[in-house]
Amino acid sequence: MSALAMARPYRRPALVAGAVITATLAAIALLSLAWTPYPPADIDIAARLQGPSARHWLGTDQFGRDVLSMLMAGSRNSFAVGFVAVGIGLTLGVALGLLAAVRGGIVDEAVMRLADFAFAFPAVLSAIMITAWLGPGAVNAIVAIGIFNIPVFARLTRGSTLQVLGRDFVLAARAAGKDGARIVIEHVLPNIVGILIVQGTIQFALAILAEAGLAYLGLGTQPPNPSWGKMLNEAQTFLHRSAWLAIFPGAAIAITVLGFNLLGDGLRDLIDPRLRRVRR
Amino acid sequence: MSILEAEHLAVSIATETGALPVVRDISFRLDRGTTLGLVGESGSGKSMTALALMRLLPEIATATGAVRLLGEDLLQADEDRLCAVRGDRMAMVFQEPMTSLNPVHRIGDQIAETLILHRGAERRAALEEAARLLDRVGIGTARARLAAYPHQLSGGQRQRVMIAMALACRPDVVIADEPTSALDVTVQAQIVDLLRGLVEEIGLALILISHDLGVIGRLADRVMVMYGGAVMEEGDTRTVFAVRAHPYTQGLFAALPSRGARKGKRLAVIPGTVPSPDALPPGCPFYGRCPRGQDVCRENTPPAVAIDGSLARCFFPGPPP
Repeated sequence: MSALAMARPYRRPALVAGAVITATLAAIALLSLAWTPYPPADIDIAARLQGPSARHWLGTDQFGRDVLSMLMAGSRNSFAVGFVAVGIGLTLGVALGLLAAVRGGIVDEAVMRLADFAFAFPAVLSAIMITAWLGPGAVNAIVAIGIFNIPVFARLTRGSTLQVLGRDFVLAARAAGKDGARIVIEHVLPNIVGILIVQGTIQFALAILAEAGLAYLGLGTQPPNPSWGKMLNEAQTFLHRSAWLAIFPGAAIAITVLGFNLLGDGLRDLIDPRLRRVRR
Repeated sequence: MSILEAEHLAVSIATETGALPVVRDISFRLDRGTTLGLVGESGSGKSMTALALMRLLPEIATATGAVRLLGEDLLQADEDRLCAVRGDRMAMVFQEPMTSLNPVHRIGDQIAETLILHRGAERRAALEEAARLLDRVGIGTARARLAAYPHQLSGGQRQRVMIAMALACRPDVVIADEPTSALDVTVQAQIVDLLRGLVEEIGLALILISHDLGVIGRLADRVMVMYGGAVMEEGDTRTVFAVRAHPYTQGLFAALPSRGARKGKRLAVIPGTVPSPDALPPGCPFYGRCPRGQDVCRENTPPAVAIDGSLARCFFPGPPP
């Protein structure tokens, strides 16, 4: 990562915008651990369904809960989902991808056909199936989204590993007496970590979106824990009277996904400028 | 005893239509402090031979015969044993210094890794040794260069680093596959000098693969001229280059641009191109392009005939007409 590229942020507006958005959201999520304007679960029936005001910046919901506080607490939830789901997908997916690439043959076939099978279902649909099987709940939703991430990383890892294994320095490493495991750790992983980070960022956004979808359907985070998807669900009933109840969590989801996607795209351009030229 | 011996080494590639020979019946002995040159056009089986000696052939290729390193047949060795031999007793320098180093690791670490792997050296001591090696292969301010990444070095410097890596464990045999081909002429000369110095000073046994007759002539004690996976002519380099008993050797020399050539005069070429292995005749591989080719050459393996000390595998050997 050259210092030159870092020194000229105006050349990479997507990267900068993505980094700023995600950093701000992360800061808000951290802040919510220590402080929110109101306790997010505090009910105040007298102040129900108020519009945005000086007291409640983003208004209140049907139980008089402060929307801003709920959004802040919900961001925590979204970040947790992103980290765990991407973590599951990354760990198992990279392991399977490496196994497929290094072993080849029937192992490769088995892993890749399983990945094809998983890809045959849309992400949210397979998450719904898995939560239907495991039962609704935040943990199950995260696991379901994480499982969907496995084939994404498995494929990516396999492809980029095969590419690295074909490079001259791998043959040189073998000629120096390195065995398969050493070559994977010393030569393959350092060369694919960048592309994995980029994909991880994009999957992070998708995981947040998927969790919101599951929570909206009542399959994700359960009350009283705050979640953006659940807020959207509850806002439905009051859409005509109090549209802000839907607009604010919707905007939060959109901005978060946008931020991570911009960050992912920006990182990709930074790591491999050739891809950018192809894309445009 | 010779350090490295190959006996009837052959390599074939599995294809849908059966095994395809890409290296045919190669035998040689290599002693300490000597250099064996393998010369021939692209596709003549030189690199395949090198990979077979290191047991680094792609999975679809099989080697038969014997490759004995200090008496131990490497073709019978298991992968663990091979990992212990490679980089330690036998090392390799590749053609492309630009891509043969891992871009994400510092060169000091890349050299030190070999020592840590085979010698169980401490990292600090290994880096110390790496600096000494870089100094030996002629990289100035070696200690400062340890922290450099490959992209910060020139092609010639990278090839020196590759040579330093190969030398790290003081191997008995180094195989250099076109070590100078990707470098410009002045750097080529420096690398040739470096290799010659190493052979003379530390008694290295070097197998030098090149398509460049000049490089072979300056470095190799013995030479094997290869074509179509088979040895066409072999012997003492000076003798082979002087006698040129095989029509293919003659063709190679005729194709060299000469300094006195008149402007506008076309360079001599060997007609045709190297046929792909599945198009080779069962007899002499050079049959299709050989000016002396007769029917007998197509079906029969030519005998090895000694002409003035040079061993040519040809039915009609002899000096150029």
